[in-house]
Amino acid sequence: MSTVVFKKTEGLTDKTTHYCPGCTHGIIHRLVAESLEELGVLGDTIGVAPVGCAVLAYKYFKCDMHQAAHGRAPAVATGIKRARPENVVFTYQGDGDLASIGAAEIVHAAARGEKITTIFINNAIYGMTGGQMAPTTLIGQKAATAPLGRDPKLAGYPIKVSEMLATLEGAKFVERVSVDTPINVRKAKKAIKRAFEIQLSGEGFGIVEVLSTCPTNWGMSAIEALEWLRKNMMPKYPLGNLRDDNKGDN
Amino acid sequence: MNKVLMKGNEAIALAAIKAGCKCFFGYPITPQNEIPAFMSEELPKINGSFVQAESEVAAINMVYGAGGCGVRVMTSSSSPGIALKQEGISYLAGAEIPCFIVSVGRGGPGLGGIQPAQSDYFQATRGGGNGDYKVPVVAPNSIQEAIDWTYKAFDMADEYRTPVMMLIDGLIGQMMEPVSFENQSCKEFDRSGWATTGTKGKRDPHIINSLYLEPRDLEIHCLKLQAKFDLIRQKEVAWEEHNLEGAEIVAVAYGITSRIVKNSIEKLKEKGIKMGLIRPITLNPFPVEAFSNLPRSVKSLISIEMSLGQMVEDVKLASCGKYPVDFFGRTGGVIPTPEEIVNYIEKLVKEGK
Ligand SMILES: Cc1ncc(C[n+]2csc(CCOP(=O)(O)OP(=O)(O)O)c2C)c(N)n1
Ligand code: SF4
Repeated sequence: MSTVVFKKTEGLTDKTTHYCPGCTHGIIHRLVAESLEELGVLGDTIGVAPVGCAVLAYKYFKCDMHQAAHGRAPAVATGIKRARPENVVFTYQGDGDLASIGAAEIVHAAARGEKITTIFINNAIYGMTGGQMAPTTLIGQKAATAPLGRDPKLAGYPIKVSEMLATLEGAKFVERVSVDTPINVRKAKKAIKRAFEIQLSGEGFGIVEVLSTCPTNWGMSAIEALEWLRKNMMPKYPLGNLRDDNKGDN
Repeated sequence: MNKVLMKGNEAIALAAIKAGCKCFFGYPITPQNEIPAFMSEELPKINGSFVQAESEVAAINMVYGAGGCGVRVMTSSSSPGIALKQEGISYLAGAEIPCFIVSVGRGGPGLGGIQPAQSDYFQATRGGGNGDYKVPVVAPNSIQEAIDWTYKAFDMADEYRTPVMMLIDGLIGQMMEPVSFENQSCKEFDRSGWATTGTKGKRDPHIINSLYLEPRDLEIHCLKLQAKFDLIRQKEVAWEEHNLEGAEIVAVAYGITSRIVKNSIEKLKEKGIKMGLIRPITLNPFPVEAFSNLPRSVKSLISIEMSLGQMVEDVKLASCGKYPVDFFGRTGGVIPTPEEIVNYIEKLVKEGK
C-alpha cells in the first residue's frame, strides 16, 4: 500500500507558470494556495493580481480572480470585500506595484483596516519591466535605471514597507518572511495562514512581506540569488513579526 | 403623481439606491459633494457600503472590485476627479464591468473653477483612458430626467456589461426641482456567468481581466467591445427635437444649456426668427440620425455650449457638411443668458449666414 505523503495543492491550477528558473514567486504562490486550501476557504476566495511579474497570477490560483491596474490592487480588493464581506479577499503585489505607484492604496487600505490580506513580494527590483530601480532597491544595488548603484543623494532610501504599515492601527497583522530555506518557507507559510486567519476573524488588515529573488534581473544564478538575498536584503529587511495584536488569544 | 422637491445631486443618489445600487466609492470634490454625503447616510441602512476613498484613482478601482463581483456600484466626481478616474474607466470598459459614473462638470482646465461648465464633453465622450473603448454617456437636462436616466443607466450597464457615465453640470447638480420616483422599475440580471463570488468548489474560476497578450486575442476582444457599442448605437440613442417645424436655424445644445436655448427660441420668435433645437440626450453614441431628416427650411446649425466648442465637432460630423455649423459658447463657469444667445443669432441672420 502506498500512502500519499505530498500532493499538489488544490489551490493552484495546472497551468505552467511563466516565472524564470529560480524565481521564488512560484514558492510563494504555493504557500498562499496551500493556506487557502487548508483553511477550507478556496471556494470563497477572490484574489487580486497586480501589474508586475505576477500579472498572470489569475491563471495560477484556482479561485475567482481580478486583474488590477498597476498598484491599485488594495483598492480593488476593498471594493470586492465591501461588496462581498463574506468572501476571503487577497492581493498579491510586487514592490514596484505596492510601494511605488500603489503606495497610497496600500497605506489607506491598511489604515481603514480593510479585512483583506496582502501578500507583498519584495525582490528589491522591478522584475517585469527589466530590472529598474524599485522603492525597495538597496543602497548601492545596481539596477537598469541606477547603473552605478542606487545613490541616496539622487534616489533616496529604500522603503521599509512592513515597518511603515505596522504603525497603522488598522493593520492587525504585519510580518516579514523569506522563502530562502526550508525552515523559512515553513515560517512563511505559518505567517501567510495567520494573516488569512486575521481576515477570517474580522480583525482587520493583514500583510505578509516576503523577501523574494529575481535571479534574472539581479544577474545571478538561482543559488547566488538566495545567498545575495540573505547577505544583503535580510540585514536591511529583518525577518520577523511586527504586528499581531491578538496573538495571545489562540 | 407624488412629487417631492429635491436637489439634483441628491435625487440622482436616491434614484441610484432605488435602482439597486449597493456600493458607492468617491472622493470629495465640488460640485458633487451631496452625492457621497447622501450615500454615506443611506447605504448603511440597506446593508450597502460607502467608502470615502483616498483618491479618485482608488475610488474608481474600488468600483472595479465591487462591480466585478456583480454588485450594483457607482461613483461620482467632478472634472479634475474624473480626469483621475480615466485609468480605471479604461480597465472597467476592458474588463466589461457594469457600473454607473456621475460626472458633475465644472470649469477647467487645471483646477479651473467650481462653477457649472460643459468643458468636459471631450473628457466624457472621448475619455482619457488608453485603448479602443467607448463609454456610453447620457446628459439629462432636468432633475426628473436625471432620475429616469439613473435607472436606465444601471440597466444599460448590466445589459451591455459596460460602465455608463452621466454628464451633468454643477447647475443641474445643485438646483432643486419637483420630481417623482414613481413608475420606475429595474430589470433583473443574471450575473452568475461571470461575476466573482467565489467558486464554492462548484465551477471554474471567474476572472475579471483586461489583459490579452496575444495581439489577435486582443483584437477579437476589442471587436467584441466595438460590436457592443454598435448595438448601443442602434438601440439606446436618445435626443429631443423642439420647434424644428419651419426652422431656418437649428441650435444643438445639451444639458442645462438646452433650457437656456429654449428661452432664446421664444424670444427669437417675437423677432420673427425661427430657431429649432436638437438636444442630444445620449452624447455617446451621438444622435447622428437627428441630423439626417431636418426640414427643408433649415439653412444652418449652431452648437451652443458652456465651453469653447467641443460638441460642435460631433455636430459637424453628424451633419456631414450638409449645413454650415456655427458655434456660440461661454466657458469658465460663465452661464450664457438667453439674451446674448438671441443677439448672436440675430447677428448671424442679419449677416445672412
Ligand atoms: C500605469 C502603469 N505604469 C507602468 C506600467 C509598466 N509596468 C509593468 S510591470 C512594472 C513593474 C512591476 O514591478 P514590481 O511591482 O516590483 O513586480 P515584479 O515584476 O518585480 O514582480 C511596471 C512599471 C504599467 N503596466 N502600468
Ligand atoms: S523577472 Fe525576476 S521576478 Fe520576474 S519572474 Fe523572472 S526572476 Fe521572477
